Amino acid sequence: MPSTFAHEFKTPTFQTKVAFSTGLFINGQFVDGSDNTTIDVINPTNGKVITSVSEGTSKDVDLAVEAAHKAFDTTWGLHAPGAQRSILMAKLAALMEKNADELAALEALDNGKTFKWARNADVAGSIDCIRYYAGWADKVTGQVQETTEDKLTYTRHEPIGVVGQIIPWNFPLLMMAWKLGPALACGNTIVLKPSEFTPLTAIRMCHLINEAGFPPGVVNVVSGYGNTVGNAISSHMKIEKVAFTGSTLVGRKIMEAAAKSNLKNVTLELGGKSPNIIFDDADIEQAVNWAVHGIFWNHGQTCCAGSRIFVQEGIHDEFLKRFTEKTRSLKVGDPFAPDTFQGPQVSEIQFNRIMSYIESGKAAGAKVEIGGERLGSEGYFIKPTIFTNVDPSMKIVQEEIFGPVGVVIKFKDEEDVVRQANDTVYGLAAAVFTQNLNRAINTAHRLKAGTAWINCVNSLHSNVPFGGFKQSGIGRELGEYALANYTAVKSVHVNLGHRM
Amino acid sequence: MSSSFTHQFDTPTYKGTSTVPTGLFINGKFVEPVEKGTIDVLNPALTAEAVNGKVITSVAAERWGLKVPGTQRGRILNKLADLIQANADEFSALEVLNVGKTFNAARNADIPGSIAVLRYYAGWADKIQGKTIETNEKKLAYTRHEPIGVVGAIIPWNYPLMMLSCKIGPALAAGNVVILKPSELTPLTALRLCPLLVEAGFPDGVINIVNGYAFTGSTLTGRKIMEAASKTNLKDVIFELGGKSPSIIFDDVDLEQTVKWVSRGIFTNQGQVCTAGSRIFVQAGIYDKFLKAFTEHALSLKVGDPFARDTYQGPQRIMGYIKSGKEDGATVHIGGERHGNEGYFIQPTIFTECKSNMKIVQEEIFGPVAAVVKFTTEEEAIEQANNTLYWSCLLCLHQDIDRAIRVAHSIEAGTAWINCHNSTELSVPFGGFKQSGIGRELGEYALEHYTNVKAVHVNIGHRI
Repeated sequence: MPSTFAHEFKTPTFQTKVAFSTGLFINGQFVDGSDNTTIDVINPTNGKVITSVSEGTSKDVDLAVEAAHKAFDTTWGLHAPGAQRSILMAKLAALMEKNADELAALEALDNGKTFKWARNADVAGSIDCIRYYAGWADKVTGQVQETTEDKLTYTRHEPIGVVGQIIPWNFPLLMMAWKLGPALACGNTIVLKPSEFTPLTAIRMCHLINEAGFPPGVVNVVSGYGNTVGNAISSHMKIEKVAFTGSTLVGRKIMEAAAKSNLKNVTLELGGKSPNIIFDDADIEQAVNWAVHGIFWNHGQTCCAGSRIFVQEGIHDEFLKRFTEKTRSLKVGDPFAPDTFQGPQVSEIQFNRIMSYIESGKAAGAKVEIGGERLGSEGYFIKPTIFTNVDPSMKIVQEEIFGPVGVVIKFKDEEDVVRQANDTVYGLAAAVFTQNLNRAINTAHRLKAGTAWINCVNSLHSNVPFGGFKQSGIGRELGEYALANYTAVKSVHVNLGHRM
Repeated sequence: MSSSFTHQFDTPTYKGTSTVPTGLFINGKFVEPVEKGTIDVLNPALTAEAVNGKVITSVAAERWGLKVPGTQRGRILNKLADLIQANADEFSALEVLNVGKTFNAARNADIPGSIAVLRYYAGWADKIQGKTIETNEKKLAYTRHEPIGVVGAIIPWNYPLMMLSCKIGPALAAGNVVILKPSELTPLTALRLCPLLVEAGFPDGVINIVNGYAFTGSTLTGRKIMEAASKTNLKDVIFELGGKSPSIIFDDVDLEQTVKWVSRGIFTNQGQVCTAGSRIFVQAGIYDKFLKAFTEHALSLKVGDPFARDTYQGPQRIMGYIKSGKEDGATVHIGGERHGNEGYFIQPTIFTECKSNMKIVQEEIFGPVAAVVKFTTEEEAIEQANNTLYWSCLLCLHQDIDRAIRVAHSIEAGTAWINCHNSTELSVPFGGFKQSGIGRELGEYALEHYTNVKAVHVNIGHRI
């Protein structure tokens, strides 16, 4: 029998009791892992164990795939017309809304992000995403092509079948919604692995999925580690598609596993080192506020974080002064305190990684304008950090840190900054701050990134596509574009009279 | 100075001289490879000729992309189509010499098909569109469908010029620069094309043709390519791979038409088509009549000189599967032997009494070898048809509208043909389910693979 997570939230911003099974979710049931082992879930504010969840193995992935195939062949896929899929997804969104505070609290407890951000960004965004894709479910359309009058040709955009989805720990619930939304709308069944660091909201969602009335086997969630469960999914011979969000390093392994197994289709959302470019004529107050949001939101644990901040020389000193001031005002501490902006980093591993980048910056001769050290002595708190006096060869400028660490770089002109901004293997996002129309649009167009923000940063919508150029990924999530990842195009040619 | 190959054609269907430059075509010029090496190009019908080439890395110029507006890109693509058209006979003859397909097939299918694909995508070049997306009134959000940049293309030997066109068509229309590797077995038409690329007006470096070796096998090649992509820069990959496509024939078919379509399905291009209808399922009620008529038709197909006027099937390269079919206990209904003793000619072959676990039923043979299987019910046909790793195409022959559409929809394949076969259309997408490939070529769908979507969010009033 899998264990139950029973917890009482007694915090300044949220009080309630929760209790739910933390087993693997396979074929509509909560079950133990095949090896009867568990994974500890750690509270990042203090390093202590919150609870444990069942651990899956490759055998459990096989069981999940079997259940998913059965559901696809009987109760889901095109056996459940789009309108029906839409109703179930809308029900799920309604249940998420009803339990929004609890989901936000679980997310804050597990990940360390603040309850306020979890409630207003993560949970709200997740509900919006499921609702958005619920609306697409009965609008998956193909094409009819004109060829000749003795032929009818058309395409069907069919569900692929069983799809594998592997999600990260930085926005656990939101990333689950981004994956489930288009996959379910298009009629696929799912085997999903949440991050071993942050499984709680994914598991809570499984209870809501049952409550909403999804047939068993449509969504299966197998908690576990990357090199067991993740690998089993990306190598599985009966999974025709895998979608992964996480690091570029692991993205490569997934693609390699796909190549070596059954050539399953792969979409990847990977890392970034996104430039945030601020021209002299920017609205400086807004530029500062957005820059803070760009690098310090979610503790810098955002794939599209504006982590390289380029500031034109005319405005540089004033910007840096105000940016540093604003950063100093950010409160770091208890995720459940009402005025906290930033909680702890998600895990000890991440904490150590970020601290080591900070040390490398110092060792390379960069200047710490603010921060640059741990906060307190318990949990994984890091002070928001700004480096200046950097050069492009430094690790802190080249590599993705995934923490509250920004580098500020002075630039001369548009040519200079576009060249520097594009000088990276990544291409996930970019931001430009200027009031000049031509410069805004031209710069946005010249930046090699899948998302270009003008006078804003980290500002996403369920209906606008998101994804990377270069080594930041393959494919686009969100918007109508995501549907292409979850459909198999079949062309049908009907001969109406061509005789041989 | 790189060398060239000149050949004098004196055949029943084509007489003329063709000169083909044989260097690597990089940045608008023919050059010798960095390490001197050559690939022998065999004429599968006659003798060996030597051609220069070896794979090197090359840098493609970016004088293309969005600097050359779509309308202009379209005009140049159309000019290239015109130039191939003006030299259609010569291209056909080179394709026959190199691949061994018949002159009739090359002149009436391959070359016109190649020209048509280029013209089709020339028309798309100025119609690449993104979207504007409503979010809220304080934001303008839109997408640009930008060219990716430099794209690599690796093509097979079964339809050399046609495959080249299917790749460069959408790639160039969308504004990309191309490095293309023809098959080391069949580089001649690609090389003959190069001077025409210059004449058509493509800037230097927009299309580069680099000869070299790839790995053997099709699905195996696909895996190696995806693995290489994962280990380098995570480039996006699309594949058109193998197939073992089912043709399903119900009792109520028009027998005469069915036999012709099924024959076209398996014997076109000597069976060297990824979409070959190589597993033929025939309902019990019509089985005997069909087999008799199909056999008669197959026996009437002339095998021989590809340049002869009435040859249907030229020479080709594989026999091992036929041996395995005999060893596994299938019955050779006709054929099953080599034709003649010079070149690579094989008799059109039909196996009956096949069981689903036989290699000739499971694996792609890529030759003029059909496996015929009797079935009783629609459910049985669908189950057997779907019992394969490949999911390329289906031919479905019958007149009952419900059954026709229902069966077509039930088979897991990228293309379903109803009452026809190997009847591809440029505007209709083509590609495989499962291990038959990733992505779709042809039609508007191909453009997706050659564009990078950039979302632009313009804040027009949201202050924080």
